[in-house]
Amino acid sequence: MALKTDLVTLNIGPHHPSTHGVFRMRVTLDGEMVREVEPMFGYLHRGLEKLAEGRTYTQIIPFTDRLDYVSSMQGNWGYCLAVETLAGIEVPERAEYIRMIVSELQRMINHMLAVGFFITDLGAMQTPFLLMFREREKLVDLYEMLCGQRFLYNYMRIGGVSHDLPPEFFPAVTKFMDEFPSYFQEFEDLLIGNEIIQARAIGTGVISAEQAINYSMSGPCLRAANVDWDLRRDAPYSIYDRFKFDVITGKNGDNWDRYRVRMEEVMQSYGIVQQALEQLQEVPPGPVKAKVPNLLRPPVGEVYVAIEAPKGEMGFYIVSDGSIAPYRWHVRSPDFINLGALRDMAIGSKIADLIATLASIDICLGSVDR
Amino acid sequence: MKVLAGLDIEAKIQAEIPESVVESDQESILIDSRAIPGVMRFLKDTPEFDFNYLNNLTAVDYLQYFEVIYNLTSMNNKQTLMVKSHLSGRENLEIPSITHLWQGADVQEREIFDLLGIRFIGHPNLKRIALWEGFEGHPLRQDFL
Repeated sequence: MALKTDLVTLNIGPHHPSTHGVFRMRVTLDGEMVREVEPMFGYLHRGLEKLAEGRTYTQIIPFTDRLDYVSSMQGNWGYCLAVETLAGIEVPERAEYIRMIVSELQRMINHMLAVGFFITDLGAMQTPFLLMFREREKLVDLYEMLCGQRFLYNYMRIGGVSHDLPPEFFPAVTKFMDEFPSYFQEFEDLLIGNEIIQARAIGTGVISAEQAINYSMSGPCLRAANVDWDLRRDAPYSIYDRFKFDVITGKNGDNWDRYRVRMEEVMQSYGIVQQALEQLQEVPPGPVKAKVPNLLRPPVGEVYVAIEAPKGEMGFYIVSDGSIAPYRWHVRSPDFINLGALRDMAIGSKIADLIATLASIDICLGSVDR
Repeated sequence: MKVLAGLDIEAKIQAEIPESVVESDQESILIDSRAIPGVMRFLKDTPEFDFNYLNNLTAVDYLQYFEVIYNLTSMNNKQTLMVKSHLSGRENLEIPSITHLWQGADVQEREIFDLLGIRFIGHPNLKRIALWEGFEGHPLRQDFL
């Protein structure tokens, strides 16, 4: 006789440690199997797009810190790049290199934390997570030297950056760069051969390349599904054409591939930072900010500019009406759109794998809800 | 990455779907809102364009009309295009959904519906996303505050 069971509706979040903030899902379960997932957004919606319509272009920069607060530098960069494109502002070369260094260090932070959280959600309690935080702490100290902030930097300005790198930055970053590979290797050795991680991550949360493109996924999630696409290489902005780096792709688009893509991208970013530090030696000292009026009035028009942020394509759509504030300010946040694919990735899996899949998408509710 | 000019492709779209293009310029192409699904399918399926990736979908309130903006990318041909569509009036704004072509449009169309009050006809699950059910008004409209 077949066993007849009822479906159970379970609410996960918004206040749950594995939802990475205030994300909420309504899950329909058949025993342990997920039958339906309904993601629910908006618990951190602050109306940043509306608020920006009443601020000057410079006053909006702190908002971009608070989008994806795990990688604030990249938010700064995307926004400044969009306004510079709109207003036709040239950024000094030195500032381009500084932006490159701080942003690629930021990508390392983001990916290390993403993997740390992912492993924690697989049940590895806090050890790998704290190992990642140990490395992040050193980078955060570097940022503190730059701009006095450890988390929400507000470092970039339209036309450059707020300060040049302080003299004490160089020995500190050299020390970090010397030590990092061996620390990172330690982390790799702990995890890569771990049987439990392999059992939990390989073959779970699968998404195919066609589906990933169809869902407009971007960043490591897209590349893990074996789509060779990286805006840094395919639509180079700033000075990315001067650096050598590989675009890492996965094969199967499962949780394991997303984890591996992030880990390998950390080392690619490390390589970019190293090249940037070397090339910066050749750049003579000079201004780090173009001459931009405090109350910038970009010409009437609109622009869509996207950068390859750690979580994916972060785009800014800005409409200027020629006044000191944007007429419309829209952010294309990568993790918001990546989350759209969660339902497809999770249906038919076990509920424990749903938690792992959510962690491997790497969301930050600041930019999901805006 | 090449940015396709609306002017260059206007004739090809017009030949496939008559009376669909309203106007075009260097940066974008303006499509009649009723022709959006047809034009989008044409842009997605024709090998010459092959726009397989929807980057961004948003809308702007210009008071006299609403503008819906689609940013498309072709990963194989390395080109991008900005497609726009206008909706006049302030009430009962409707435009066909493109979720059947790109599922990535799903959450973005819901966001526009929530914050600007444009209904996407054919969307499988059109309800508020950032704000709660029962919220009055649409905050990103220029006359909201």
